[in-house]
Amino acid sequence: MTYLVHCKFTTISFTFLLLLLISSIGWAKEATPVAEDPEIEKRMLALTMDLRCLVCQNEPISDSRAEFSNDIRREIREQIKANKTDDEIIQFLVDRYGDFILYNPPMKPTTLLLWFGPVVLFLISLGSLVFYLKRRRIQIEEISLSQAQREKAEALLKEDNKGKDV
Amino acid sequence: MMRYLIPLFAFMVLAVFLMIGLTLNPRQVPSPLIDKPAPKFQLNQLHDSDKVMSSDDNLGKVWMLNVWASWCVACRDEHPLLVQLAKAGIVPIYGLNYKDDRDTALQWLRRYGDPYQISIVDSDGKVGINYGVYGVPETYVIDKEGIIRHKHIGPVTVDSLEKTILPLIKELQNQA
Repeated sequence: MTYLVHCKFTTISFTFLLLLLISSIGWAKEATPVAEDPEIEKRMLALTMDLRCLVCQNEPISDSRAEFSNDIRREIREQIKANKTDDEIIQFLVDRYGDFILYNPPMKPTTLLLWFGPVVLFLISLGSLVFYLKRRRIQIEEISLSQAQREKAEALLKEDNKGKDV
Repeated sequence: MMRYLIPLFAFMVLAVFLMIGLTLNPRQVPSPLIDKPAPKFQLNQLHDSDKVMSSDDNLGKVWMLNVWASWCVACRDEHPLLVQLAKAGIVPIYGLNYKDDRDTALQWLRRYGDPYQISIVDSDGKVGINYGVYGVPETYVIDKEGIIRHKHIGPVTVDSLEKTILPLIKELQNQA
């Protein structure tokens, strides 16, 4: 019985998935812009995935529908057509918009802190943890009990055990 | 005593950094074009489309390039100030009409006033990309040698004019 229900469920979910898939195919077709040369589109997309849209700053240019991103995409397409290399295109954009347009910050003197700061911070905290633990071990002394204290403690423990037996 | 003061001290350092963070505006992306030659252009004029204006025409004087468009709402905020500045005759202002429709742009100028010596037409935004424009309005201060000295992002305000732009222009004008 449970098997049957399960089976029914999977058929339903399967048809549902299929429907979803079909509809998504339909959407994809609608959303694609006037596809020019697919090679150019592919390179343009790969480039713009790592570029920041300066208007909607948390979106890559490849995902953005802002006017700014449209213009940059058009510019990149034209430059690809003009046989520019990827590096040349990136440099072109950095010259105009600065490093901020890159999602991957380049390594240079002003970004050293950004690149190595976390590692340095980690090493500092690791060092101080080791230092602290070592110092603590020295500070904690084994305190030995005097004879009277020991007897008292044993008596207390015995009493406690008696209570438990009852 | 010291061990209680350390967290307080750490908190204060953090608070200072966060306070500095609050004053920063992520929309103000520093332009790499400052102190670099202004990108050259040859563009048709807005009022007289047969005439061309070149960026070299302004060599030898300090000038302002204001990027504007009739579709830009924030441009309306700064516009009265630009008109006033143009009337004062301190510095020539040139307009870069960015991705706009010619008729609407002309109409807009008739309605709100025209502070520009010349407005030039950048209909597809190509020159805009060269200048690193990503939002309108933007204003550039360019010196006698054609070098960009300042970029103001967003509408020009009385404050920014008085504190930054006008003193800079005066200083640049006094240079040989």
